[in-house]
Amino acid sequence: MLAKRIIPCLDIKNGETVKGTNFVNLRSAGDPVELGKSYSDQGADELVYLDITASYEGRKTFTDLVRRVAAELSIPFTVGGGINELSDVDRLLNAGADKVSVNSAALRRPELVNEITSHFGSQVCVVAIDAKYTEEKGWKCYVKGGREETDWGLFDWAREVCERGAGEILFTSMNHDGVKEGFANDALARLSDILSIPVIASGGAGKMEHFRDTFIQGKSDAALAASVFHFGEISIPDLKHYLKSEGINVRL
Amino acid sequence: MKVAIVKYNAGNIRSVINALKRLGIDPLFTDDADELRSSDRVLFPGQGEAGTTMAYLKTHELDNVIRSLRQPVLGICVGMQLMCRHSEENDTDCLGIFPTEVKRFQPLVHEQKVPQMGWNTIERLQSPLFRNINDGSFVYFVHSFYVPDNEFSIATTDYITPYCSALHKDNFYATQFHPEKSGKIGEQILKNFLEIE
Repeated sequence: MLAKRIIPCLDIKNGETVKGTNFVNLRSAGDPVELGKSYSDQGADELVYLDITASYEGRKTFTDLVRRVAAELSIPFTVGGGINELSDVDRLLNAGADKVSVNSAALRRPELVNEITSHFGSQVCVVAIDAKYTEEKGWKCYVKGGREETDWGLFDWAREVCERGAGEILFTSMNHDGVKEGFANDALARLSDILSIPVIASGGAGKMEHFRDTFIQGKSDAALAASVFHFGEISIPDLKHYLKSEGINVRL
Repeated sequence: MKVAIVKYNAGNIRSVINALKRLGIDPLFTDDADELRSSDRVLFPGQGEAGTTMAYLKTHELDNVIRSLRQPVLGICVGMQLMCRHSEENDTDCLGIFPTEVKRFQPLVHEQKVPQMGWNTIERLQSPLFRNINDGSFVYFVHSFYVPDNEFSIATTDYITPYCSALHKDNFYATQFHPEKSGKIGEQILKNFLEIE
């Protein structure tokens, strides 16, 4: 049976790992290559490296870092941040990334998703969605690292990119991110129900129970977290043993 | 040891090169028939679509070269599928090294997503390729098409249906999963392949 995946996310700024609370107030948390190797040894199923400054400063993702990670790591990893066109994807895949995640650029120009999947296959294309829920507007997608609201609703946009060939959805709830009170399981379950591709839950992990809940109530295929892993609040082996004891199929 | 990777129009072989380098091997990446024939080991990895990759192999006469290899050969993912007789993916006639069909996953319920993407177990292991690997070990898969169980199967995996996740016949080996992305288990499998007599 296919295992549920645990994915540490490494936010990268100037070659260092950082983690923000609600997308601001960044704290440093170590060397990205060493940290990635350590997660791999502990049993992480995949890694995500996000160049968090790229989308609004227009910088290219750190190709050299990707090359170093690819040389050292024997599990799959995704690279995101600042991917605006096909040549960015080509460069990052050539450097050894297994998948790329696109966010703002796809919202600006949805055809980018078709271009990536027709050139490199659906499996390399993760569409990352940052969305915020408000009473008056419901779930709305945001661009530029959560700085700018768009007209797209979360579920319409997810359906749209799925039809355009996206391989996975990485959904971050801006309401839950950094708050550590659990994932946005209602929205995640609805995404899983309407989409035919895997959904990765992001934003809100604080305790091991939150992972169980997103796999069961949220119907998530994978769960992503950063600070709880970086600062040792949850160890990956403990988490996986806990999930297994709760009847969830994980790789041990 | 001279190890060659078959160069053709299948995507992303960088991770296979990296995995071999971690084992101390600096592989050749070549479509030259003499180089492939004179290597101690040949790897035939691949991501991509069966029709266009098979057409490329034929145009470049790599189909006959691969079939005629005598040293241990390891196909990975689409490489494995291309080594079979025929694929449902664009109704493609393949290399025919393994006399088996390649079929598309047919989900029975919504939760069964295609492609299968992630870690799943390999069972009923029976090959030197899996020396020191236990039944139930997790390896990494990304695929929409699969090989049904058959007499050349050396590993079984269950996704939607139990299917064949590795093959062996004569000097030809193949895995549906990606050993180069399967952590320490995958590393051991690649090491085993390099050490096969």
